[in-house]
Amino acid sequence: MNIADYKNVWVFIENANGEAKNVGLELLNQGRILAEANNEKIIGVVIGNDVNAAVKSTIAYGADEVILVEGEEYKDYNTDGYANVMVTLVEKFKPSVILIGASNNGRDLGPRISARLATGLTADCTGLGINEETGDITWTRPAFGGNLMATILCSTTRPQIGTVRPGVFKKAQPDTTRRAPIIKEEIRTSAEIIRTRVVGFIKAMDEAAVKLEEAEIIVSGGRGMGKPENFALLNEFADLLGGAVGASRAAVDAGWMPPLQQVGQTGKTVGPKIYFACGISGAIQHLAGMSSSDVIVAINKDPEAPIFDVADYGVVGDLFEVIPVLIEEIRKNKAS
Amino acid sequence: MDILVCVKQVPDTSEIRIDPVTNTLIRSGVPSIVNPFDANALEAAVQLKEAHGGSVTVISMGPEQAKNALKECLSLGADRAVLISDRLFGGSDTLATSYILANAIKRLGKFDLILCGKQAIDGDTGQVGPEIAEHLGIAQLTFVAKLDVKGDVITVQREHDEGYEIVEAKLPVVVTVVKSINKPRYPSIKSKLAANKAVIDVLKASDLPEINTEKIGLKGSPTKVKKTFTPPRKESGIRICEDTGSGCALKLFEKLVAAKLV
Repeated sequence: MNIADYKNVWVFIENANGEAKNVGLELLNQGRILAEANNEKIIGVVIGNDVNAAVKSTIAYGADEVILVEGEEYKDYNTDGYANVMVTLVEKFKPSVILIGASNNGRDLGPRISARLATGLTADCTGLGINEETGDITWTRPAFGGNLMATILCSTTRPQIGTVRPGVFKKAQPDTTRRAPIIKEEIRTSAEIIRTRVVGFIKAMDEAAVKLEEAEIIVSGGRGMGKPENFALLNEFADLLGGAVGASRAAVDAGWMPPLQQVGQTGKTVGPKIYFACGISGAIQHLAGMSSSDVIVAINKDPEAPIFDVADYGVVGDLFEVIPVLIEEIRKNKAS
Repeated sequence: MDILVCVKQVPDTSEIRIDPVTNTLIRSGVPSIVNPFDANALEAAVQLKEAHGGSVTVISMGPEQAKNALKECLSLGADRAVLISDRLFGGSDTLATSYILANAIKRLGKFDLILCGKQAIDGDTGQVGPEIAEHLGIAQLTFVAKLDVKGDVITVQREHDEGYEIVEAKLPVVVTVVKSINKPRYPSIKSKLAANKAVIDVLKASDLPEINTEKIGLKGSPTKVKKTFTPPRKESGIRICEDTGSGCALKLFEKLVAAKLV
C-alpha cells in the first residue's frame, strides 16, 4: 500500500427515508478542517434509493463533491450491500480518511469495511485533529466508561477510518446556492450477496420522544422521577421545547421507560444543544452518554450528586416544584 | 444448534476512581468481571440451547487470569470454555484481536451462531463482533434486542433510532446483543462449585497453524494508542439554590433567557 496514493476526506452521509441524518452533516464541517489542513477535498458519500434530499443537503452543508450510489437494494441500510459499495468505492478512489457517524448503523458498517480493507478504525470519537508532522488524523475517544481519553493514530494503513459521536461537531450554516459535482457510480449488489433482509419495523410508541440522536434538546429523567406516570411532566416539558425525552439506566431498569430511550454507556450517546438531567444522580455510565452536550442543566434534590460536577446550570431543588414553574415561564415567554 | 459466545474479562468500570491529585485512573483493587453485555450474550445462548438443544462454547482472549471469567460462564450454563492466550497476541487492537478469535473459532469447529455483547465496557469499541463476522465471511446482525431461531433462519429485532428493525438471515451469523435482550441468570452453588473445578482448555498461537503472525499483536494492529489522559475536569457551573422550588425555577429561567437558551 502506497500511502501517498490516498487522498481526500470522505464522510458517509447516512440517510433515513432519503434525508441526511444530522451527524453526517456535522462531520462535513469538521471534515473540511481536516481536508484543508492537507490540501485535500471533503467528499460526501451518499448510498440509498431516492436520496435527492440527502444529496442536496450534502452540498448545502459544504461538500466539495458528492459520490452517489443508488439502487433499490440500498433502500434500507444493510451491512452487506453498504459494505460492498464502500469497499468498491475505496478501491477505486483511494480516500485518505473516512468519517462515519457513530449511530448503530455507522457502528455496524465501520468495522465490517475496516476488516475487509485491513485498515484501522477508531470508534466513537469525540475529537479529531491532525498530526502536524505526518498529516495523519489524531482520533480522540473516551474509554473505560468515560474515565479515560485515548488518542489513536492509524499511520501505516489507509484509509484511516473513524466513527464519530453525533452532536460533538456542529453543522455549518447551509447554503442552498452552493453547487458541487455529483459523481454517480453504478455499483449493484446482487441478492445473494445481501445475506440479511429487513422484514418489518416496530415503531416505538412515541416516535418524537425516541429520536434522541437527532434531538437538539433532550429532557432526561432518572431515579428521582419516582414512578413512570411522572414522566408525563418531562413529556410536557420536552414537547414545549420541541425536544426528546431520555432516561437514565435506573429509570429504564425500573421499567419506567423503554430501553430505546436510555442515555449512557448501555444506551445511546447523545450531544444535544441542551440536556436537562432531572432527578439523575450522574453515574459515570450516564455521563459517558451525554457529557458532550453543549449545555447541561441538572435538577436534583441532592446537592452532592455527581451530575452537578458536569452541569453548566445546577439547580438544587425538587424537580416536581421546579419544572412546572419553568414550563409556565417558558410558555409565557413564548406567548409574549 | 451449536453456539459460540465471545466474552471479555473487563475491569468493573463503575468501580474505577480518578486520583484527585495525579488525575490518573486508580486501577488497583478494581474487580474483574465478565463484560456485562457478554453476559447477556451468554444468557441468550443458554436459552437457545434450552429451547433447541445443542451446545454452548465460550471463548475469551486474554491472560491466564481470564480463566476466572470463563469459569463463571461455565457456571452459568456454558458447556465448554476455551482461553485464547499467548504472548504473541499481546498489544492486538480490535482488527488483530478479531483475526485471532476468528482463527480460533475455525479451529474449534462449525457453529450455527456466534454471539457477542454489543461492546466491552472498557474499550467501548463494539468492533470485534462485526470484524469476526468479516474474517469468517458470514453475515452480522448488531445491536439485537430480541432473537428467535426457526430451522436455519434467525429473526431479530435490531435497535433503531425510531424503534426496532425486524431483520432475518440464514445461519450461520454473528449477532451482537444489547442489555435489554434478557436478564442473565445467577449460578447455583452446585454449578459454581463444578465450574471452579473445571479444566479450561488453552489455545496458543502454535495451536492455530493457519494464523499469519504478521497480522497479530502490535505488528498486526493498524491502530496505535498515541497517548491516554483523563478528561479535563469541567469548570464548575452556576449553582442555583433558592429557598423554594419556584424560586429556583425563576432563577434558572432568567439564566437560560440571558444565555439565549430558551
